Amino acid sequence: MILDLEKFVAEEKAFWAELEGMLDRIEDDPGLRLTLKETRRLYYLYQRATAGLSKIEGLPSERETRRYLENLVARAFGEIHENRSKAHRFLPWAWFSRSFPRAFRRYKKQFALAVLATILGVAFGVGAMMIDADSKKILVPFSHLLGEPSERVAEEEQRVEKDELKGAKATFSSHLMTHNTKIAVFCMAMGLTFGIGTLILLFFNGAILGAVALDYIRAGETAFLFGWLMPHGVIEIPAIIISGQVGLILAGVLLGKSGGRTLSERFRSISSDAVTLIFGTAVLLGWAGIVEAFISQYHQPVLPYSLKISFGAAELAALFFLLFRSGLKTGGGKG
Amino acid sequence: MRGKVNSMSIRTPEGVTFSLLLAGPSTRFLAWLVDAACVNVALSVAATFLNLTSIISIQIGQAFYILGVFVLPIAYSIMLEWLWRGQTLGKRVLRLRVVDVQGLKLQFSQVAIRNLLRAIDNLPVGYMVGGISCLASRHCQRLGDLAANTIVVRYPRTKRPDLEKLLPEKYNSLLDHPNLVNALRRKITLLEASIALRAVMRRDEFEPEARVRLFGELARYFASLVRFPPETVAGLTDERYVTNVVQVLFSAGKRGKRDVRA
Repeated sequence: MILDLEKFVAEEKAFWAELEGMLDRIEDDPGLRLTLKETRRLYYLYQRATAGLSKIEGLPSERETRRYLENLVARAFGEIHENRSKAHRFLPWAWFSRSFPRAFRRYKKQFALAVLATILGVAFGVGAMMIDADSKKILVPFSHLLGEPSERVAEEEQRVEKDELKGAKATFSSHLMTHNTKIAVFCMAMGLTFGIGTLILLFFNGAILGAVALDYIRAGETAFLFGWLMPHGVIEIPAIIISGQVGLILAGVLLGKSGGRTLSERFRSISSDAVTLIFGTAVLLGWAGIVEAFISQYHQPVLPYSLKISFGAAELAALFFLLFRSGLKTGGGKG
Repeated sequence: MRGKVNSMSIRTPEGVTFSLLLAGPSTRFLAWLVDAACVNVALSVAATFLNLTSIISIQIGQAFYILGVFVLPIAYSIMLEWLWRGQTLGKRVLRLRVVDVQGLKLQFSQVAIRNLLRAIDNLPVGYMVGGISCLASRHCQRLGDLAANTIVVRYPRTKRPDLEKLLPEKYNSLLDHPNLVNALRRKITLLEASIALRAVMRRDEFEPEARVRLFGELARYFASLVRFPPETVAGLTDERYVTNVVQVLFSAGKRGKRDVRA
């Protein structure tokens, strides 16, 4: 190999500068689309830089030039060799009504497992309350639910003229949205504990639900319970379960059969769906937060229970349609 | 467990290997501190602005503030890393960048996952889980990075070495003998030339004794390959002699082409 270093640098400098300029332009403007001529030129410059890098590879003393070229080649490599699907223009409604339910349907098993963990939690909550009513103090972490259900119902139903949330509904709603979304993100992130953290969270969530539900049903306040919980709960509870589904997807990647694929490849294969599901969950929780602040906190006679329950049932039907039917026509879930 | 590395090599389909320098936990923590400061400033500005909206409605201002406190830190990292190709303000200042583990372009889902999983990396406080994961993983990845297939790299400022500055155009007595210079070029291998160049480049880093010994050995070796007339090398120190050899090997001066044969 013959190398005249100074001549080599002098000859190539202009090409490197041109490549650097092109890469700066591409990186500064994420929406930039190169013309065919520019793309060919970029590829030519990249090849020239890689050839240069390979030329000085055997020259250990040339660390500066090599580092400079490596930097250039690394930047150009990402641009040229990326062959994963490019992000299309983001259409919020298309994403929510098609991408989100399709992603949901692709992982039905994980959803079923998340539902099962919640149901087991509910059963545990109910069982604990049946065995020992005092377990409510341990299971239910909300002070306003620790009292007698009948007293609370009487108090809420008498509060016709005084609206305690007057002037604070938006604040309360934002608080609920952020609180629930934090729990959802946490439930998803706990998937990295091989799903154990996610399952515990879902189970505990179910246990609270079971304990509170039994407490109100035993007190004969079933109508109040459904009227209070259904408007927001039919969205909020499935949303938390979907976040658990995402956690279990992550856990599945950690635990699952490799099928010849590396862990990194398995994570890559689910990342897009996981993000779609968690952002979809955030949208659902946003809606649930609004409903909880503006509808759930108002009881009979301000809002008849029948109306609230009907509203909840309609929401549940809409959610069912969204998750299981929406986006089926143009290639639905794989099952 | 395989040992920890401070760079990651990627082989292109063209058969060329390039390496990415991995960022360590301390640099990343500093970048995070800068980002945290930026988010706090942004929140203060937002709070001041929302205070103004209280003229219209106090609760709308408060509601937006509650949402802002939650959304802003997440949106800050996701949006900046997405729009600035793996960089936030803190990473820009510290010259760090998030890149795909295979050197490819970052996808939005990767950026979102690595930032959403901060929820677990941040446990129990101050990114303890993330820090431990960083220290334990081969490529200094926190859990979010592992799940998103990303690494954080540093890219120090690079400049091409100025050979003329390094090897100033002083009178070089060896160039008075072009035939011997050509013979020297033919006999010296690329590796030997590289060692000599590196020795000259790093001469100020050596202990005085080691410097004298190293240049002495190199000078003796080069002198054994081609013997220049005694009057040409008379008065040259070993270091000057090696510098002259490197100059004739690497510098394309006015006296013709100078090559190194591998």
